[in-house]
Amino acid sequence: MHARPRSISAWITVMLGVAVSVLVMTGSGSASAAPVPLAGSQTCQKPAPRTDDTIHIQGCLSDSREKPPAAVPGVDISVEDESGKEVGSGTSNESGVFDIPLPGASIDNLGQTFTVKIDKETLPEGAALRNPKQVSLAVTIKLDSDVFVTFPIGDATGGGAGKATQALQLAVGGLVFSLLLAMAALGLSMIFGTTGLTNFAHGELITFGALVAYGVDALPGTIRIGGTNVTIAVAVLAATVLSAAFGWVNDRALWRPLRHRGTGLIAMMVVSIGLSIFLRNIFQYVAGASTHQYSQFSSPRPWSWGPVLVTPKDVFVVLFSTVVLVLVVIALQRTKLGKATRAVADNTALSAATGINVDRVVTVVWIVGAMLAGLSGVLLGMTQGFDYQIGFKILLLVFAATVLGGLGTAWGAIVGALIIGLFVEVSTLIIPAELKFVGALVVLIIVLLIRPQGLLGRAERVG
Amino acid sequence: MDWHAIFSQALQQGLGPVAAVYCLAAIGLNVHFGYTGLLNFGQAGFMAVGGYAVASFVATWGLGFWLGSLVGLLAAAVLALLLGVPTLRLRADYLAIVTIAAAEIIRQVIGSVTLLEYFGGQDGLQGFNRSFAGLNPFEGGGRIGIPGVVTWRPYDFWTLLVCWAIVALCCLIVWALMRSPWGRVLKSIREDEDAVRSLGKNVYAYKMQSLVIGGVIGGLAGIMSALQHSAINPSFFATDTTFFAYTVLLVGGAARVFGPVAGTVIFWFLLSFLDLFFGQATAGADPSIPSAIMNSNQASLMRFIFMGLSLMLLMIFRPQGIFGDRRELALDAR
Repeated sequence: MHARPRSISAWITVMLGVAVSVLVMTGSGSASAAPVPLAGSQTCQKPAPRTDDTIHIQGCLSDSREKPPAAVPGVDISVEDESGKEVGSGTSNESGVFDIPLPGASIDNLGQTFTVKIDKETLPEGAALRNPKQVSLAVTIKLDSDVFVTFPIGDATGGGAGKATQALQLAVGGLVFSLLLAMAALGLSMIFGTTGLTNFAHGELITFGALVAYGVDALPGTIRIGGTNVTIAVAVLAATVLSAAFGWVNDRALWRPLRHRGTGLIAMMVVSIGLSIFLRNIFQYVAGASTHQYSQFSSPRPWSWGPVLVTPKDVFVVLFSTVVLVLVVIALQRTKLGKATRAVADNTALSAATGINVDRVVTVVWIVGAMLAGLSGVLLGMTQGFDYQIGFKILLLVFAATVLGGLGTAWGAIVGALIIGLFVEVSTLIIPAELKFVGALVVLIIVLLIRPQGLLGRAERVG
Repeated sequence: MDWHAIFSQALQQGLGPVAAVYCLAAIGLNVHFGYTGLLNFGQAGFMAVGGYAVASFVATWGLGFWLGSLVGLLAAAVLALLLGVPTLRLRADYLAIVTIAAAEIIRQVIGSVTLLEYFGGQDGLQGFNRSFAGLNPFEGGGRIGIPGVVTWRPYDFWTLLVCWAIVALCCLIVWALMRSPWGRVLKSIREDEDAVRSLGKNVYAYKMQSLVIGGVIGGLAGIMSALQHSAINPSFFATDTTFFAYTVLLVGGAARVFGPVAGTVIFWFLLSFLDLFFGQATAGADPSIPSAIMNSNQASLMRFIFMGLSLMLLMIFRPQGIFGDRRELALDAR
């Protein structure tokens, strides 16, 4: 966090403001609810395992516009052999699953190629294949086990609507994601700035927040104030407070003693890797390996704002995280402690000499950094569900955001996160969605090649 | 509790082919981190490049196994050059972030559905090791080893022998390199880069050479990993693979020729010991540890919890590892 001219902080604030107003402006259109397939039914319940010697072609149709994806029932699927003769057919059930047995024993079908076709006419209104051309899949039987095929289902507008609408829709998702990323990246960047530690265990601070909220959410009963169910608000609050405490414990129990005994930065980096492995497995020990959703945070129908769909959840996350980020940025810029933080980041020895209590500043930075990370974890869990390694999965993107903006610069972390988050989502217009993180990481490497100090960093050349 | 089975199987892992593969990966890291001070957190990427070059050459394109191995090693060298050019002039932590990101890029790309026909997606590739398995002189016999103490299946024993032979060769190469003038320059780069530069050495070129050599050894580890499993898939090359290799290196002692060898035997022995111990303690109708405290799924996590904890404690209290020399290794270089 090098001292930046005030104009940049103002610019960031304006940028965040614009981001929010874009979201609000797109909402002036009609408020009709989008066609939503049956929500609530259990998605993808696998058929019971069998012991007979046949091969089944199975699959699950789910509508990825919903989070979690909703089952798509009543769609006809047929299977043809190599000569084009239909050898089996089936219809997806309430949980979206279809199960088509192939004729003959499994040994007869080994090495054969079958074509699985989906009947587009039977899709529910409003839903369509995400890839409209992919109405059939060729499957070659290699093992004597069941074959699982999938047809991604999403917006009917996917093919027909203009690229602009799609880009806008993706940008909304990207904005939500980037603000969450920004909170995590700001914490990482503040900690790096004041202590020089590249903290590979930062992802676990994110997961910690999500898990605490899950703990509150999973408590029996609901917490009510004046008849309103406020369980999720209490969960967010608990996650914030406990994450802050967790950050304090991290610093007090581990990092401060290490700093005082003069452990090198590289050694500390390796220690943080050990901590990351340690905590991640403890999280899995406690929470299991499955993906969780907050049960008491219902997912209301999305609003159709003009051409784009926005969920109330998205709006909440954007507003909430913007407020938090603006508060932290203002605190860094205006308060005495914030100024001390920037001074420590700029030159630790000099700020200690001027009477700043460096240890106290670093403790506060750890508390705030962990709090931000925990908050981003809860909100991430709300938007897309979470598991024990959600933080570890996005850790590299957090690094990418931090490095892109400039390691150790607070404003840089936010700008970097906005760019990375939007890039990750909008890039799926061109590249396959499964490779969206790859695009962001490639951007990271290219930025280091051209401008190693990051967009807002101070040039510093070693070697 | 069947102590004989626990010790025997832990020893089997400690001396087995997996340990040898991680030993190779750690030798590569030793060249990078131990001798040159380069923080390569993407060793898994080098391994993936090597392993997938062999697997896809044979299984996808039907080309020769040996040609594939050669291309795999070359590809690892090219990857080292690609990663080195932008980062070796920067601070140590930039190399760490770029290499970890690159390894993740490689893993996600080779596991993608888009490239399914070449690399087999998440299922990976199989059936590429026939020419290697065909050389196995032990095929057909029963389990090989010391009966009652430690035994392996014939194919495992064959890969184990080849792996450890390669480890011996790599140790010899590293030993020879590091006692040469070239190796002394590497070690002084680790200690004080600026001093070396002021003596007129091209630090950048030396670092690049070190990155390439360690990366090629990593590629070799990837090839052996694929052969040892008779299969390959992206999950072999997750970020944790690199971290395991680092733990192996740090347990034995960085900047020691035999550090990775000692480290891998100890690491895999302890890891499988913990796994088997907690596995047995939670198994059966009346487990020694009540299932309310720990079930068998949780038991399999205990070894990683211990591993993370020991990596931390090791780095804090004994960064030179078991056999290292504290004066040898200044980890404070930035």
